[in-house]
Parts: sequence; structure tokens; C-alpha cells
Amino acid sequence: MIRKTVPNVTEALIGIKDNMTFMLGGFGLCGIPENAIAELVKLNIKGLTCISNNAGVDDFGLGLLLQKKQVKKMVSSYVGENDEFERQMLSGELDVELIPQGTLAERCRAAQGGFPAIYTPAGYGTEVAEGKETREFNGKMYVLEHAFEADFAFVKAWKGDEAGNLIFKGTARNFNPCMAGAAKITVAEVEELVPAGTLDPDQVHIPGIFVQRIFQGETYEKRIEQRTVRKKL
Amino acid sequence: MLDKNGIARRIAKELKDRYFVNLGIGIPTLVANYIPQGIEVEFQSENGVLGMGPFPFEGEEDADIINAGKQTITTMPGASFFDSAMSFSMIRGQHVDLTILGAMEVSDSGDIANWKIPGKMVKGMGGAMDLVASAENIIVAMMHTNKAGQSKLLKQCSLPLTGVKCVKKVVTNLALLEITETGFKLLERAPGVSVEDIKNATEGNLIIEGNIPEMVLN
Repeated sequence: MIRKTVPNVTEALIGIKDNMTFMLGGFGLCGIPENAIAELVKLNIKGLTCISNNAGVDDFGLGLLLQKKQVKKMVSSYVGENDEFERQMLSGELDVELIPQGTLAERCRAAQGGFPAIYTPAGYGTEVAEGKETREFNGKMYVLEHAFEADFAFVKAWKGDEAGNLIFKGTARNFNPCMAGAAKITVAEVEELVPAGTLDPDQVHIPGIFVQRIFQGETYEKRIEQRTVRKKL
Repeated sequence: MLDKNGIARRIAKELKDRYFVNLGIGIPTLVANYIPQGIEVEFQSENGVLGMGPFPFEGEEDADIINAGKQTITTMPGASFFDSAMSFSMIRGQHVDLTILGAMEVSDSGDIANWKIPGKMVKGMGGAMDLVASAENIIVAMMHTNKAGQSKLLKQCSLPLTGVKCVKKVVTNLALLEITETGFKLLERAPGVSVEDIKNATEGNLIIEGNIPEMVLN
């Protein structure tokens, strides 16, 4: 068994430098690598490019990195829930590239799976396709979108083992499996780290080969962005 | 004239047995409250769940189970979770039968604009561009006019596009319209709304053939 465990988040983030490009899993605040983000804030590295579906809220998730002006560029599909983000974007301090959500997922997956680029119909005929190569297949138009290149991918899973195998829970899965193995180094953080042999190989969502470092997160706040409930009758 | 729930009720009549449906944020979400009796549909949310159920009871919320609007939800028997790439494989691969979403503008050739107002804060397109580029059947739910009273059913969209020639039907507070080769074909009037009212509120090419029936809601 090839062991991927590191003792803590500090060792998991060795090699992190200014001006790097990171992938960060999560949808809204669901399934985000909370511990890695907290450590990035502590390390105070700057000039980051972050590939992440959303940009957190003002005081949680990627919003914490934005507060400290550590981010140079965001590559996201939807960034609506963050005032500081809006301020930096409108003042020109922050560069933002908005891309369709499925394209974001597939550009991660292309990097993970060895495709230099993919054709997608999303965004054809819109400003998203401006300056990009387009091509017709079977009478329909498609846009060429390139695989991402990133230095680190930070993913979060529910359970993981010493071999780096990952199991996700609910919709906290989202972009995490697409980003695992899509960067030079993938750091996985899990709520529960178990010995090898504990997870049923049939139930593993992401095999350990896509993960270089794994650690158990110290705490998880798992904040809910929109708490919606119904009354018991 | 229909309110938001009325629009949702009329759209719900377009649901067919065994449909997989993706609902956008806003009016489309309300459609789930009016599923016609005797049919089975499953709702997909692009953040990675198929078989979405109602909101949880108070105290039963789970931070790990949300919809694309980041709201806490529940799942129905037979539900599944999956990653974002697989979610958009369902959408791009046309496994999802119907997409219902809101819009700022729709053109009479079926173009849709719903993600960006130049000069205002741009939040992003989320999954909308993938949905409209691929779905076979797209219904737009929106008000017929904007807050300034201007038509949202246009010859050409003035706002940046989300997708081209993709919308099949539009349900507004005034009417149900189908997008055809030659423009918006008026199929039904909302209760108490005249053909003249609809004409006055539609800037794009409007096709009126014969007697236009009044909507019947579920």
C-alpha cells in the first residue's frame, strides 16, 4: 500500500507559494476544504488564482482569502454571495473569469483524465465563446475549452483512508471528485481518516492514485448558506 | 393575470409522466408544488442530486444536502448523488427531459438572456449556459414585462445572451407562447387577459391564429 497520510494541514500544504494556481472543491459552502482554506489564510500567501465554482461568503470559505486580498484571480461560474468580492471586482483589484458550470467541471476532468481540451455546446453564440475556436459536429456548434493547469487541488471528502481513497457524502461531493488528480499535487482533507482496509473498495468514489496527501481536518463548521425548512403538520 | 404561483401552476401542466426535470431558481422552483396527479417525475439539481424532495423539517437540515440554490433539501426514495461532471453529463447528454428557468429577455427566435446586465454586478451564469445549450425542451418562466413596463419578449435580446435559438415555450403572467420559425405563437391567454393586452406587451413578432383559449390551471 502506498501511504498518503500527512499528520496535519501544515505538512499537507508544504510547497505552497505566492502566485500559484489552486483548484478548490465545493458548491457554495457545501463540501469546501475548510481546513486548507484556514491554513492558506494563516500562511498569507498572495497573488493566487483560484478555480472554484463559487467564492464563498464574506466571512467564510474563499471569502476569508478575499478579505486578506490574497486572491489575484477567480475562475468561477457563480459569485453572487459576497460583498467584498463585489467591491474588489468592481474596483478592478480582482480579476474574475466567469465560465459555465458544466464547462468548469469538464475542464477539471479534462486535466484529470489527460485531455488537452474538450468541445462543449455551452456558451456558443454568447460572449463566453468570443475568441475561442468553434466547430460543427452533426449540425450543432461547439466551443473548444482547454483543460485547466493548476499547482494544487484542495478537495474535501467525508471519509478517506491511508491510501488516499475517498468517499463523499451527499451533495458535498460536487466538484471534489473532478478536481482530485487534476492538479500537480492533490491534497485531500477528510472528516474521518481510517486505516487502509477499512473502506470497502466497492464503495470508494475516488481511488487514492489521484491523491498525493491526505489528512483529517481538525474541525468542520459546515456552515449552511440557505437554511430552508418546512413546518411539521 | 397570473401571479408567480399561477405561472408555476400552468408550467406544471407541461410535466409528463417519467420526466426528469431541472428547475431553475425563482418561479421554476415553485413548479414542484403543482405536479399533476397520477404522474411520476424526478427533479435534478445540477450541484449533484437526482430525486430531490421538499425542504427538510426544522431540525433535520443537513449541511451536506443542498440544491443548486444552496438551500437545504431532502431526497426522495430512489434518489442519487453524483459529482458535477456527471451532473452535466445528464444535462449535456440530454438525459434530463425538461429544463425550466427564468429569464430577463427572450427573443422571438428563442434566444435567452438571463445572466448579465452590463454595468451592474455580474454574478455569473452558473449552470444556465450548459442547460440552455443542451436541453431539448426548455420552458421559460417570467413576467411578460419588466419593472419599467417594457416587454421582455423581444425581436432581439438587448442583454448579453445565455444561449441562442433554444427556448421552446414561454409562460408569463399574461400568456403561454410557443417559439416557432416565425416568432412567438400565442397558445393561451392568462385568466382575464385579452389578446389585445398581450399584443401591447409583446415587442417581438407575435403570431395569433384563430381563437385563443383562456388557460385552465390545475
